[in-house]
Amino acid sequence: MLELKQLSKSFGGRTAVDSMSFSLSKGEVLGFLGQNGAGKSTTMRMAAGVIEPDSGDVIVSDRSVVSNRREAQRRLGFLPEGAPLYPDMTPLEFLNFLCAAHRISRKDCRSAVERVIADARIGDVMSKRISTLSKGYRRRVGLAGALIHDPDVLILDEPTDGLDPIQKRAVRALISRMSKEKAIVISTHTLEEVPAMCNRVIIIDEGKLIADGSPEEMAQRREGGLEEAFIDLVSKKEAASHES
Amino acid sequence: MKAELRDILTSMRASYLRELRAYFATPLAYVFVAIFLMLVGVFTWEASRFFDTGLADLQPFFYWHPWLYMIFLPALSMRLWADEIADNTSELIYSLPVSLFGLAAGKLLAAWSVAALSLALTFPMWITVNYLGAPDNGAIAITYLTSLLMAGAYLSIGAAMSSLFSSQVLAYIAGILVAFVFTAAGWPMLVGAISGLLGAAAGDLVAQFSFLTYFETAQRGVLELRALLFFGGVTITWLLLNTIWVSNKRAFAG
Repeated sequence: MLELKQLSKSFGGRTAVDSMSFSLSKGEVLGFLGQNGAGKSTTMRMAAGVIEPDSGDVIVSDRSVVSNRREAQRRLGFLPEGAPLYPDMTPLEFLNFLCAAHRISRKDCRSAVERVIADARIGDVMSKRISTLSKGYRRRVGLAGALIHDPDVLILDEPTDGLDPIQKRAVRALISRMSKEKAIVISTHTLEEVPAMCNRVIIIDEGKLIADGSPEEMAQRREGGLEEAFIDLVSKKEAASHES
Repeated sequence: MKAELRDILTSMRASYLRELRAYFATPLAYVFVAIFLMLVGVFTWEASRFFDTGLADLQPFFYWHPWLYMIFLPALSMRLWADEIADNTSELIYSLPVSLFGLAAGKLLAAWSVAALSLALTFPMWITVNYLGAPDNGAIAITYLTSLLMAGAYLSIGAAMSSLFSSQVLAYIAGILVAFVFTAAGWPMLVGAISGLLGAAAGDLVAQFSFLTYFETAQRGVLELRALLFFGGVTITWLLLNTIWVSNKRAFAG
């Protein structure tokens, strides 16, 4: 469903993502981990067609993001970091705008809106201005927007950031429900969430993929679980780069 | 080709409705319309001394349009892209399966609609001159139409400049500067100075790039094809530049 092929991106001579390749099938929920500045957001933005790669390609349900961007994006939902939204709109207006952008007919839009309102649990704020909503609600509206066209692939950059424990649990349950029919990529800094949400983990550092496996396999690498394994992998990579 | 056109129209419609809602969800459109109407009145009645002319026509009203547009219309267009960049909603729209040209055209049309509303609300002036005498209403209609086209050209420049900045203030200043060049190029004092320095041909050439040159004939009630082509051409050229600059942001964004 999602395939990254030798994806690379540099900014002003600094390599942000270096020949990143992996693929994801239906039913896989990938925890995409790395330190700040490791290249997670850049990789996700390229995968979503927000920015263009310097080289490589992203395939979403057999459509290339590079050569057939719009067709690929019709099959992909993206929640950017910080869930940017239009503050002057209500969630209902925002979702209607996304329906129009995705070419969803008015009739289908109504049922799609009802579906995502239930999924993201935003029914009680639908007529309030987005600027007046709490951070948690804004993120859920963003998540509802990413789901409005029922995409094959979901890319969620920090989907639980700013949510309270109850809201986090609801988002995890939603991801679990959707995971059977979709391929999902989730970036998070909260490593404890990973085993609860993901059945696969990729760790990147300095734009390169350094580990790929199940959360259980990763956790077994080091006593202390996934967090220790993550720190171990990243620091080993740092030490190796200092030596060379 | 058909799919591309469908994408453009869908994106244009979505963007147009969103932007129009944004204008009227905040005081911006209301304030803009109110200040524009007030100043157009002040310039027509006071600066042009309308009642002293003794003529029942709207030339003193239309005379100020290029200069008022130069100052006001960049204020209307400054938020079109600068806000998207500042609020990071550009991330969101770049992830949507939309045509960037369609998006840019929808934004421009929304701003143009607010400008058209402002212009339409000057109708009491038209009624006034009809009350005072027997003006050539056909000529007035032609001038209104040309003024609306000229407004589109100013807005297209402002929208394109807005795509280069995340600050509305900088977008506004840049919009005014470029609009000033397109306006002042036909200013008789400047054309005279260029003609004096470089010859009459140079002065005429520079004046060919000015909104004043093409709007001047329209003010006399003459509908010129070259004026229509000029304002249409400027609008489309800056709309294309706008699309290219937004597209480049996707390609080279950090």
